[in-house]
Amino acid sequence: MELTRRNALMIGAGAFAATLLPVGAFATPEDTEKAIAEFTGGAEVGEGGITLTTPEIAENGNTVPITVDAPGAVAIAIFAEGNPEPKVCTFNFGPLAGSQSASTRIRLAGTQNVVAVAKMADGSFVKTANTVKVTIGGCGG
Amino acid sequence: MAKGVKPRVKVPKKASAGDVITIKTLISHKMESGRRKDKKTGELIPRNIINRFTCDFNGQNVIDVEMGTAISTNPYFEFEAKVPESGEFKFTWYDDDGSVYETSKKITVS
Repeated sequence: MELTRRNALMIGAGAFAATLLPVGAFATPEDTEKAIAEFTGGAEVGEGGITLTTPEIAENGNTVPITVDAPGAVAIAIFAEGNPEPKVCTFNFGPLAGSQSASTRIRLAGTQNVVAVAKMADGSFVKTANTVKVTIGGCGG
Repeated sequence: MAKGVKPRVKVPKKASAGDVITIKTLISHKMESGRRKDKKTGELIPRNIINRFTCDFNGQNVIDVEMGTAISTNPYFEFEAKVPESGEFKFTWYDDDGSVYETSKKITVS
C-alpha cells in the first residue's frame, strides 16, 4: 500500500481506536461459565433454594455489600461476570455453622451480573443471579 | 507481613446452649488485587491479598472462606454459628505472603 495522505490518516485513526480498547482482559460470560463448571464439576445447576441479596445500584464498586443464604448448602460460591477474575469467593460451611448464610463486601468492575452457586448436602447445585448497577468501578486503573 | 493488619471480631459474651449467634469479623488489609498501578511509576502493584479465612469453635469448623481478588479492602464477614457449650472461637486469616493472622474470643454458655 502506497503511503498517501489518506492512508496515513486511516492508520492513525486505527491506532487511536486500538488505544480506546479496555486495558486488561475482562472476563466474559464464558469465563464465568468455566469458573462455575470448575466449582460444580460440570454437574447440572438448578434454580431455587438460594437467595442472593445485592443492592440494585452500587455507587462505589469498591465495596458492594452482598448476602447469600441457601438453607441446606455445604458451600456457596460467588462469581462476578464482568470482573477480570470472575471468582469472588467460596463459603464452606462447617458442622457448627448456625445457618448457611454469610455476608461480605466485594469489588465490582462495572455494571454486571453477580452469580451465586450453592452446593447442597445431597450433591446437587442451585444458582441465582442478580444484576448490580455500578456507578464507579472498583478494579483500579 | 503486611503493615497495619488488625483483626476485629464481634462475638456475644454470653449465650444459651444451642443458640445460634451472629459473628462479625473485619480485618484491616489493603487487598492489593495486582491490577492497580502505582501512580508515580506507572508500574503494577503486585497482588497481595488474604486468600483464606476460617472460624473454628472448640476445634470444630464453623466457616471456611476462600477469597479472590474481588473481596474488598478490609475484608468483612458476617455469619452465624451454633454454640453447644462454653468455649473459644478461633479466627484465622491467611495472607498471600505466608503470614497468618489470628485472634480468638471466649463465649460463656449457660
